[in-house]
Amino acid sequence: MNLSLFSSRWSPYAAGALVGILAVLSVVVTTAVLDKPKYLGASTTFVRAVGFIEQSVAQEHVAQNVYFNAKKIKVDWQMLFVAGVFVGALISSRMGKTSQLETVPPIWEKRFGPSATRRAVGAFIGGAILMFGARLAGGCPSGHGLSGNMQLAVSGLLALVFFLIGGIITARMLYGGQSWDK
Amino acid sequence: MGQIIGLITGILFGFLLQKGEVLRFEKQVGFMLLKDMTIIKFMFSAVLVGMVGIYSLAGAGVINLSLKSTNVGAIIIGGLLFGIGWAVAGYCPGTSVGALAEGRVHAIWAILGMLVGAAAYAEAYPALKSSVIGWGNYGKITLPQVLGVSPWVVIVAFILIGLGMFYWFEKKDL
Repeated sequence: MNLSLFSSRWSPYAAGALVGILAVLSVVVTTAVLDKPKYLGASTTFVRAVGFIEQSVAQEHVAQNVYFNAKKIKVDWQMLFVAGVFVGALISSRMGKTSQLETVPPIWEKRFGPSATRRAVGAFIGGAILMFGARLAGGCPSGHGLSGNMQLAVSGLLALVFFLIGGIITARMLYGGQSWDK
Repeated sequence: MGQIIGLITGILFGFLLQKGEVLRFEKQVGFMLLKDMTIIKFMFSAVLVGMVGIYSLAGAGVINLSLKSTNVGAIIIGGLLFGIGWAVAGYCPGTSVGALAEGRVHAIWAILGMLVGAAAYAEAYPALKSSVIGWGNYGKITLPQVLGVSPWVVIVAFILIGLGMFYWFEKKDL
């Protein structure tokens, strides 16, 4: 098994197991340093980020919103964590020479054609629906899927099962019946 | 200090997501079509290792759990909505940012959509709180509590199920 920083890919088992260790270390370090455990998660950052954007045009409105008040619009651990994901993926893809400019993914193109505009609209609508769903469910595959299930939380398992059911049914309806070469 | 720790943790997480090839639309949708189990191999490996670590350290009193509430109605409806949007976008919140970094420029539209979805949720929250979110709230509970067994019984069961799945994925070349 090759785990060189410059190799193009690592086994998903190895990379995943290292994420498990990272998640536990994160809890240990944040407990020791911040006196509060930080379990990995990503979706609340999108609430805070859009809160910052809205504040610049409608400060009063944001100040009165119950949800923004509950989540507290701030640059915190998680926002830097999400920014770090960008940096880490950039470093890894450059070191492994796996950066790839992609405007329309192949599976999408087979079903909806090569239009980058159509793909943009699809990605935008999909992103909006999934984030609304993630906030309603209380988390995304990071917060519920990884962190929740590591803690054997009932909420984590329930959320993961319904993420998968929704995804599998929709993907089958949208892209099903395509020939597949891995 | 919290921000610096968050940044370092995020860089390592993004690095591992990219090396594991889970940032790709093809892998995410490939799983949803049940043709390519890369993201499940990655995620379950992380969860199995994580649960052993978390429960060992929690048992030793070094760390505390931080559970999310079990709001059954909100999780089922929100979970299904998430799945629908995930299949269309091809990314989840964490992977979208990393996908953009490895050159998948269309992920920016998914990220902008997620921001709009978050804003819409903030507006809808008061109405949802007095309805869906209250449907079947069982609080912060764990599987071992519900089943009335030691967490290690649940962990061993998950590990056996996980290893069985991994064996099957490799045998079927998924």
